[in-house]
Amino acid sequence: MRRPVGAVKAVDGVSLTIKPGQWLGLVGESGCGKTTLAKTVVRLLKPTSGRIYFDIPDVVKAEIEALESAGKNSGELNSLLKENDLATFSSNRVRLFRRRAQLVHQDPFTSLDPRMKIKDTVAEPLRIHRVLSGEASKTAVKQLLGTVGLSAEQMERYPHQFSGGQRQRIAIARALATKPEFIAFDEPTSALDVSVQAQILNLLKDLKKEFGLTYLYITHELLIAESVCDYIAVMYLGRVVEMGRPEEVFHAPRHPYAHSLVAATPVPDPNRRVGRIVLPGEVPSPANPPPGCAFHPRCSQATNECHKSAPALERVSDDHYVACFHPL
Amino acid sequence: MGDLIRIRDLTVRFYTYEGVVHAINDLDLDIRQGETLGIVGETGSGKSMTALAILRLIPYPGKIESGSIVFRDRDSGGETELLKLREDRMRAIRGNKISMVFQEPGAALNPVYTIGDQISEVFLLHRRRELGRQAKRRVDSLLSGGNGLAAGVKRPFWQWQSRLYNKIAEEPHAVEPRLLNRMPLFKRLLWRLQDEANLLTVKMLKDVEIPDAARVAAHYPHELSGGMKQRAVIAMALACSPELLIADEPTTSLDVTIQAQMLELFRRIKADRGASVLFITHNLGVAAEVCDRLAVMYAGRLCEVATLEDIFLHPLHPYTRALLNAVPIPGKELQTIPGALADALNPPPGCRFHPRCPSAMPMCQQERPKLKLVAKDHMVACYLF
Repeated sequence: MRRPVGAVKAVDGVSLTIKPGQWLGLVGESGCGKTTLAKTVVRLLKPTSGRIYFDIPDVVKAEIEALESAGKNSGELNSLLKENDLATFSSNRVRLFRRRAQLVHQDPFTSLDPRMKIKDTVAEPLRIHRVLSGEASKTAVKQLLGTVGLSAEQMERYPHQFSGGQRQRIAIARALATKPEFIAFDEPTSALDVSVQAQILNLLKDLKKEFGLTYLYITHELLIAESVCDYIAVMYLGRVVEMGRPEEVFHAPRHPYAHSLVAATPVPDPNRRVGRIVLPGEVPSPANPPPGCAFHPRCSQATNECHKSAPALERVSDDHYVACFHPL
Repeated sequence: MGDLIRIRDLTVRFYTYEGVVHAINDLDLDIRQGETLGIVGETGSGKSMTALAILRLIPYPGKIESGSIVFRDRDSGGETELLKLREDRMRAIRGNKISMVFQEPGAALNPVYTIGDQISEVFLLHRRRELGRQAKRRVDSLLSGGNGLAAGVKRPFWQWQSRLYNKIAEEPHAVEPRLLNRMPLFKRLLWRLQDEANLLTVKMLKDVEIPDAARVAAHYPHELSGGMKQRAVIAMALACSPELLIADEPTTSLDVTIQAQMLELFRRIKADRGASVLFITHNLGVAAEVCDRLAVMYAGRLCEVATLEDIFLHPLHPYTRALLNAVPIPGKELQTIPGALADALNPPPGCRFHPRCPSAMPMCQQERPKLKLVAKDHMVACYLF
């Protein structure tokens, strides 16, 4: 009675590198695969194909690539992958890995267990990863709550007694519990008010500096991405269409989609009201994407070439990559 | 240009088990003819409640305690006190003279009726007279044009229909059509009204730039995307050419590119129809795109009312300034507002913003500052000015 009727390629052929200490902003509209990508990076989802490397020396990566290009499905390659590729990790290794990489969800109203006290919520990662227990974990929780700007006496309360901003702080404290090196944020401020959003963003900045963290930050608000991130990837329908430093992507976008996304973003400045481009149509369904370049039905630059094949991500200048046959 | 809506001393309270929530406190606000007035503020500042109060749709534990909302009809020039109106008169205004677009288009549409049915309902309710007139004209043209046997047989029926629709055109709630409408099978005799309403519906859907409008009218809400649904809701709100369109966060649930399409649509609607728009949003960028004037609210009170340029370039109230600084602008350091939003159950005395205000004075804790005119079209409620 239940059979799959098709496959949704939520994320399709994405290659990304996040450098240590970087704050990578992933922007795009709903349904473009941002969240799926983040969940895959921390291995909450297992990718259908592809490799994920986390803190692997370049030598090993080169070795794997060499073996792969040789085309042999050798035991050597398999054992190397099992050791180094997150996508093929065993569940035990994934658990060890999660100590070092955490995810903060979008909605702080659903990501906290309503029946657990704050101290238990924050201490749970410590318990699961067997980092600390007993009195030590209690002091650790107090300290964690302190770092995110909550007081120690609030740890006896339940999530419903907190406001949205405070809940997001709790979720961040939980993510920090195992002292990770990498945190993925899935639109952490989209459910919050502007003034609270500013508080959270400043907190993230401070934490990054204090603990030397690396962030993957998902957002659909370009203004946030531009003001906090130091590298930007724009996604459309499961593919990365443009990557670069914020000043390049937002002030000199080369991909037509990135360009119209920037133009469509309302800026709180009454003098910059003119010159907007309104993109026709809507994002197609990822279950049935258009052939060739997924953006061609809405693109003003589209030619026959775009109908036939999908462009690959190509370097246009240092650190700036675009996937388009006719970059602007 | 006169005022279309004049709100004075509006107070709305919610009587909950935890205590009395002061949702809106002594609000004075004017909406001018043909302008887009934006209300900005954070969660719980009373933006949506102001809109609902104008339509008298405050949900249950809430009550409009005092104040007045005067609506001046553009066509007749008569003034109506909305808060003292009888419920059935109010119903004739809702969706007709004043209509509303809600935040979540998916929740605003009924899932078991087609888009066309839901929009034509507005016409059947508020435009019965015109529909009757139109239907009569159509029957009359049949009467004058029809020859031959079939037409001869149908002629008495057509004559009866013509009389019936004439009655509706003269008095929309005449006894005979109303009785017919109540009787399950005979109700169908009024099908021409529905037909005319459907024609208007398709025209309306074309107006909000829905491609293939006739087909979309036959769709159910779940078959449409978020942007399309919002367009349909806007079409419904515009169906009777309202004098005031209230839009409560109409683009919050939409994507940036769709949001840009919507804002373009709102701008066109205003230019084409000359209607006033009350635009509620928490996104200052969106407000900067569509509004002529802005009202900033905090914890149920107005802080500042001014033109768009004044708010963004010369903000006076400390809260307005703090709010503008909290918006991420590339290259600028993010500034936060210390403290948390005022508790609606136990609001701070005096000026509601004083616990978070950098320039609070002892006076601010005692008495609430009144809205003062400090420059042309610029009103501020703060003791600093």
